[in-house]
Amino acid sequence: MQSAITSSDVSSFASLAPAYPELLLAAGALVLLLVALFWKNNRAGVIASAAIVLLVAALAVLLFQPAGGILFNGVFIVDGFARYMKALVLGGAALSVLISLNSGREHGIDKFEYAILILLATLGMMIMVSSNDLMTLYIGLELQSLALYVVAAMKRDDRRATEAGLKYFVLGALSSGMLLYGASLVYGFTGTTQLDRIVAAIALDTRSIGLVFGMVFLLAGIAFKISAVPFHMWTPDVYEGAPTPVTAFLAAAPKVAAMALFIRVTTVSFGSLTHDWQQIVIFLSIASMVLAAFAAIGQNNLKRLLAYSSIGHVGFALVGLSSGTQVGVEGVAIYMAIYVAMTVGIFACVLSLRTADGTLIESVSELGGLAQKRPFVAATMAILMFSLIGLPPLAGFFAKWQVFLAAIEQNLFLLAVIGVLASAVSAFYYLRIVKVMYFDEPTAEFARVPAELNVVMAGIGFLVVTYFVTVGSPLTAAAHSAAGSLF
Amino acid sequence: MIFSDHLLTVITFLPTLGALVLLLVGGKGEGADNLARWIALGVTLVTAVLSLYLWVLFDPASTEFQFVENYPWIGDSIGYRMGVDGISVLFIPLTAVLMPAVVLTSWSSITRRVKEYMIVFLILETFMIGAFATLDLAMFYVFFEGTLIPMFLIIGIWGGARRIQATYKFFFYSFTGTVLMLLAIMAMFWQAGTLDIRSLLSFRFPPEVQTWLWIGFFASFAVKMPMWPFHTWLPDAHVEAPTGGSVILAAVLLKMGGYGFIRFSISMFPDASHQFANFVFVLSIAAIIITSLVALVQTDIKKLIAYSSVAHMGFVTMGIFSGNIYGIHGAIFQMISHGIVSAALFLCVGVVYDRMHTREVSAYGGLVERMPRYAFAFMVFTMANVGLPGTSGFVGEFLTMFAVFQVNTWVAFFAAFGVILSAGYALWLYRRVIFGALTRDSLKGILDLDRREIAVLVPLVVLTILFGFYPAPILDATAASVGLVAENFANAIGAAPAAVAAAH
Repeated sequence: MQSAITSSDVSSFASLAPAYPELLLAAGALVLLLVALFWKNNRAGVIASAAIVLLVAALAVLLFQPAGGILFNGVFIVDGFARYMKALVLGGAALSVLISLNSGREHGIDKFEYAILILLATLGMMIMVSSNDLMTLYIGLELQSLALYVVAAMKRDDRRATEAGLKYFVLGALSSGMLLYGASLVYGFTGTTQLDRIVAAIALDTRSIGLVFGMVFLLAGIAFKISAVPFHMWTPDVYEGAPTPVTAFLAAAPKVAAMALFIRVTTVSFGSLTHDWQQIVIFLSIASMVLAAFAAIGQNNLKRLLAYSSIGHVGFALVGLSSGTQVGVEGVAIYMAIYVAMTVGIFACVLSLRTADGTLIESVSELGGLAQKRPFVAATMAILMFSLIGLPPLAGFFAKWQVFLAAIEQNLFLLAVIGVLASAVSAFYYLRIVKVMYFDEPTAEFARVPAELNVVMAGIGFLVVTYFVTVGSPLTAAAHSAAGSLF
Repeated sequence: MIFSDHLLTVITFLPTLGALVLLLVGGKGEGADNLARWIALGVTLVTAVLSLYLWVLFDPASTEFQFVENYPWIGDSIGYRMGVDGISVLFIPLTAVLMPAVVLTSWSSITRRVKEYMIVFLILETFMIGAFATLDLAMFYVFFEGTLIPMFLIIGIWGGARRIQATYKFFFYSFTGTVLMLLAIMAMFWQAGTLDIRSLLSFRFPPEVQTWLWIGFFASFAVKMPMWPFHTWLPDAHVEAPTGGSVILAAVLLKMGGYGFIRFSISMFPDASHQFANFVFVLSIAAIIITSLVALVQTDIKKLIAYSSVAHMGFVTMGIFSGNIYGIHGAIFQMISHGIVSAALFLCVGVVYDRMHTREVSAYGGLVERMPRYAFAFMVFTMANVGLPGTSGFVGEFLTMFAVFQVNTWVAFFAAFGVILSAGYALWLYRRVIFGALTRDSLKGILDLDRREIAVLVPLVVLTILFGFYPAPILDATAASVGLVAENFANAIGAAPAAVAAAH
């Protein structure tokens, strides 16, 4: 329909510069796949290490990328926001592969495909973050999802893992269907699939009910991916059933990518329909915060508890987006960065927990007396729990500060009051973990902690505690400019 | 001079530095524990000396904030701002001087996880001093709320038998109240465009907004003070906390609520404070009378003192919301005095608890025969708790009642019952524990105060009597700032009726 599409804007390799990180990742993943296939022995560890190197390299390319821009006739965009979110995705992915390096065997994922699928999923996420068109959006989303369905079910002979994979696949497919349906309606009522043209098309026309309908379906599809209530049903089961390293990965990077997508679609494409989607986001936010706070109280399985915790945190992040302002998006950007760091740290702790005879620890009550047996792990975990509650001076407080600040600016007082009260309720289950670790007497001996987990825990614990002197100021500045590129 | 420019930062973060040093101290066993104790004592003593130096350098004639530091920090909202005026300056030496006493009283009574104990107390000290010293509203919240983490651990790890319930109750009461204040702080930021307390003090919030902001802050401070009926966490927390925790809780943490009322509620929301004054009076009177009656029937010494704290805080809130110069002056004096006296009383309970491992009143009796020095110290603090003239307890109660009499004579009338009742429970407690016949076999071998306990209690005895006869050091330091607060309050609430009159 547009005449500009007749000629390609990719004239040389150099003109592909904005997409270098994705190209690097795609090529690297394929090369690794070939290498692993023709290598006689199963060297999952080596491939995983290579994957980490590749992710870090992509991160470096991303950070030193000279310029952003729009590529492939407008379907692919690299702006400040995309780069910020992609940095989080790559960092989260690299760290979650790192913390699972030593635990692959006992979790049944010591296959070289694991790392490669993770790479492909990460590639999908980066495309999601950079998508500027409903079609790239869908391609990225599906690349990510399909890789993750397989990863979740990778421990084939484990019933829970298989169930988790199947559940994830069925519900994920359903959400993709909803998303596609919404996308087709949006296309039908605006005549374009390109995100930044949709907003122009809306401006020309009066807001049609069909467009709002399409938008609702589109947002519902994405809400599945960020597991906001009422689209959260799969989360606890998948988190619990999937092998812990996979859960660690699922909880960190994909959430960021889907949230980035959510933000881009709402603020860029539907910027003029703010009042329509704002109600949806407020509902998702309140429902997620409240349900997660209460549902997690009864959980004794650590991974299930963390699943509800992640649902709750998505709710808190959405508080920022509810405002529909630049301050709000800045808040979400900060929130997601801190969330990823805390999540990786928590899972590093969880992965490091096993009894002396090698049994994995998965329930809260088994943590008794950890503070006396493994003081460092317990201290890190306690700090992260306090941070997840949102207690100052830890990083989690500053995350909540920014999103609630945005909500208050827009006079969303009810949302804010419900939000802070939900965070008070959620403190109950976080504190239970601290209580069991610190106030109860030891019941079991704990095995030694692998060195790389100690490094990750120390690093993240340090950043969470010293957030306000170390990363607080630069992160806020980065998030500020990232959010600025959308408005 | 460079050093005095950053004095507040040094005092605030020196304890954290000490905690970091402790973190690096390795080893296990008695040697490492002793090292941890000595390091903690050294750090708290240095901090205490510096805080007294701050008091000396402080210019009482000025109403301006002093020792100000001001740097932009996170984003364009939160800044690193420090400074004290007459309202806040005294709470810093109060905190810092009591900390060595806490370390000393825990010397032999804490034998488990000594290093961790000292670390959390030092971090707690940073938060407490920071809350009084900061001039940024967000940082105030950070310090104020930050105290929950160490206190949660102190009660939970080193507390008594029902410690878990107590520490949860403490945490949830405080946290729920405080998050509402957080929202009020954010609303203030969008209203005034800054989090700098100095700018906020001169900003006039519209009266209808003030009402909501006032409620947000009230939710936090009323729990912290605590005011009746939000006080039920306090007796549990006090009873279960180790002696050091009780001392800090009563002497400093409760004062953060009173400080907040003066600094924020009265100074920034005068219209709302005026509007809610009667409400606060009713709660204050309820606290004074009801909790005094409840204190009468307590069988646990610590619980009795905890309830008496609530009653004494009733005088503080009453004084603050009288809004005049005597009331605010008296409230600050009462807080400092109660900080010394309640701390000393909890230390006294700790002394006998360490020996007998019970806090039941009925387990004691006739201690004066075996512990004359202890009986003397306990008597001084009991009298100060009663408010006997010549002890520091008298001045604050007198000033607050004097102030409220001008505003509402009925409130003063009922508050006077509190004085009578406090004499009842305090003297009765003293009689049952100290006098009577020494009949119990278990008490016959009890020892009087040792040198360490004397070193802790004697300074507090001296201060209690000194401030009773010569309250000038406290009153002078606060006078100018209190005058300004009271004047601004009078102008603000005076302005409202005048505007109405002009409209007619």
